[in-house]
Amino acid sequence: MTTTREISLNLDTEPFVVNFGPAHPSTHGVFRMLTTLDGEVIVDMEPVFGYLHRGLEKLAEERTWGGCIPLTDRLDYLGAMANNFAYCLAVEKLAGIEVPERAEYIRVIMAELQRLASHLCAVGFFLNDCGAFQTPVVYMLREREKILDLFDMVCGQRLTYNYMRVGGVSQDLPDEFIPALKKLLDEMPGWIGEYERLLKQNEILLARAKGVGILSKEQAINSSASGPVLRASGIKWDIRRADPYSIYDRFEFDIPTGSAGDCYDRYRVRIAEMHQSLRILEQAAAQLPPGDFRSEVPHLVRPPAGEAYGRLESPKGELGFYLVSDGSIAPYRFHVRAPTFINLTTLSELVRGWKIADAILIFGSIDICMGEVDR
Amino acid sequence: MAMAMLPPDWPGNFWAHWGIFTVIILVYVLLMVLGFIWFERRSMAIMQARLGPNRAGPFGLFQSPADALKVMLKEDIIPSRADKVVHWLAPVIAFFPVMMVLAVVPFQGGALLADLNVGVLYIVAISSVTTLGVFMAGWASNNKYSLLGAMRQVATVVSYEIPVILSLVGVIIITGSLSLQQIVMAQDVPFILVQPLGFLLFFTGALAEINRAPFDLTEADSELVAGYMTEYSGMKFGLFFLAEYGEALVISSIVTTLFLGGWRGPLLPDWLWFLVKVGAVFFVIVWIRTTVPRVRIDQLMALAWKFLFPLALINLLVTAVEVLVWPDVSLWVLVPINFAVMIVLVLLWSKFFKLGWGRVNV
Repeated sequence: MTTTREISLNLDTEPFVVNFGPAHPSTHGVFRMLTTLDGEVIVDMEPVFGYLHRGLEKLAEERTWGGCIPLTDRLDYLGAMANNFAYCLAVEKLAGIEVPERAEYIRVIMAELQRLASHLCAVGFFLNDCGAFQTPVVYMLREREKILDLFDMVCGQRLTYNYMRVGGVSQDLPDEFIPALKKLLDEMPGWIGEYERLLKQNEILLARAKGVGILSKEQAINSSASGPVLRASGIKWDIRRADPYSIYDRFEFDIPTGSAGDCYDRYRVRIAEMHQSLRILEQAAAQLPPGDFRSEVPHLVRPPAGEAYGRLESPKGELGFYLVSDGSIAPYRFHVRAPTFINLTTLSELVRGWKIADAILIFGSIDICMGEVDR
Repeated sequence: MAMAMLPPDWPGNFWAHWGIFTVIILVYVLLMVLGFIWFERRSMAIMQARLGPNRAGPFGLFQSPADALKVMLKEDIIPSRADKVVHWLAPVIAFFPVMMVLAVVPFQGGALLADLNVGVLYIVAISSVTTLGVFMAGWASNNKYSLLGAMRQVATVVSYEIPVILSLVGVIIITGSLSLQQIVMAQDVPFILVQPLGFLLFFTGALAEINRAPFDLTEADSELVAGYMTEYSGMKFGLFFLAEYGEALVISSIVTTLFLGGWRGPLLPDWLWFLVKVGAVFFVIVWIRTTVPRVRIDQLMALAWKFLFPLALINLLVTAVEVLVWPDVSLWVLVPINFAVMIVLVLLWSKFFKLGWGRVNV
């Protein structure tokens, strides 16, 4: 038997290290994967972060409570509304500020529109990583553009909105907003149907994504993953239901979950969540009450000394802001619980044993935004 | 169709013939490649709800010449640790087979550089040389992405040559000749109807050999940046680019000649029919590229060995038996039989066939 062993030893290929990123077409920014390959198979992968570190948490300590809102835009720039929202939630909790009902509705509409826009990007770029040469992503960006037009209408910005304020939102909805929103809500299901026809049952996509990069329930919980990544593993955990914030307890919606926890499930969960967001938007647009869009809050908020943790279900998972106040006009400590950063910690485990092409796919299915990972 | 008579081997002056057709092939390759790049970008843009190049010249037609000019003016960078000679030689070796192969493709009756009596064999032999250029590029660049891309290319071509050649043999059996001129003349019924399975296998295999989607693993831009071309710039990159589209042109030309009846067709002049058919085949290639995602390397290998290879063998067997049993039957009789055989076989194989193996324990 010794001969067999010698032969197999001779046939072994030598593992070699390949560096993916920080400048690579599918690292979604400046992520770096230090992979050890055996042929095409990934033996080991070491994630390297920090190329987009701007010290946002430290910068925030030099700004007033209200002045931090533009900084939160720069975290997950594909979901800036959700970031604004989460930060304002935390500050309001800390300072005990009431938000008018109309403002709550506007915030929910914005957050759900943002979820749609973010998931469109996530699904589009995931399919692009599969090698569907830009077709799905261009279609999805076309629709994202229409959502950005709505944001443009309310706050004049298309990417970094700086729209929400402590105690409300910066300005009321313009008159043309609700008709435009209704038009979008009418057309969107047809567009989602179009994406489904494009690739849902495509044989190559099924072969590439089904059963690839399985994140088990235990792994998902142990790594404290959240958002679509967690729900695709079959855990029904959505902060909008589990710990309702704002006015989410007034709406009817389901929490879509996957079963296998593979890349395909993560893709399916996102598409299903888009349908649920549309449901919430329809209810919110119908119930939108008149009234103030912002409560009376002094220009320089001085929350009492103490700490607060405000969290919400951002498009990518549980986004939380942990704020400590010493009673001054600036936060004493400003910490972000970034969902994509925590979801990303599972990546090294997931890609081991898969091929390079799968690693790119698994990475794409986690849907990260380096602005949030590195902060 | 007067030209459809078998032409003499070297009509008139040898050197005049050689010179004229060399120029024709050069112009054909360069113009068609420029046209193809424009055509691909525009038609892809329409399929993807975009506009595509529309600024340079009418309908953006001058975009490709402008790009070509830009590529020529760019700095040619050689990585410091590269194998300089091989690095320099690789694009040349990748490109020249494109020109060589077209020597035996008839643009219309008798209008070809050399009517070789081993034409198909010549095509198969020469077109494989491109792989050597690609592998040289991957090796000489001293870059891991390049090497991975080149390894994938070699693995792909080694696997796909076999089903591609086997699927061509069916055509050869029916015609009884390896000369492309003879094959076109034998196509009273286009061979895509007589050899539907052969066409399917050849087209799939050819897409893999020339790295077009969904088999473009060699330069999978979401994985390997640009594969073997990563370290190339300037005109050497341009040559690779030219070779890539030239290969697509060659495959379109060969499919036209072997399966679509070459230059033959009613009303239009012969050469125009040829160009129209080449354009149509290229459009299908572009269409596939915008439609489907990319396969993985093990799935690619599995497709070659588990799907295309056995089907090509069966196709060869069926064709041989048909020719043996009914040597004088009209080709139209074979059409329904072969279509039935194709449908049954493809359905059967897709039922039992599984793509790839998935995770490896490490």
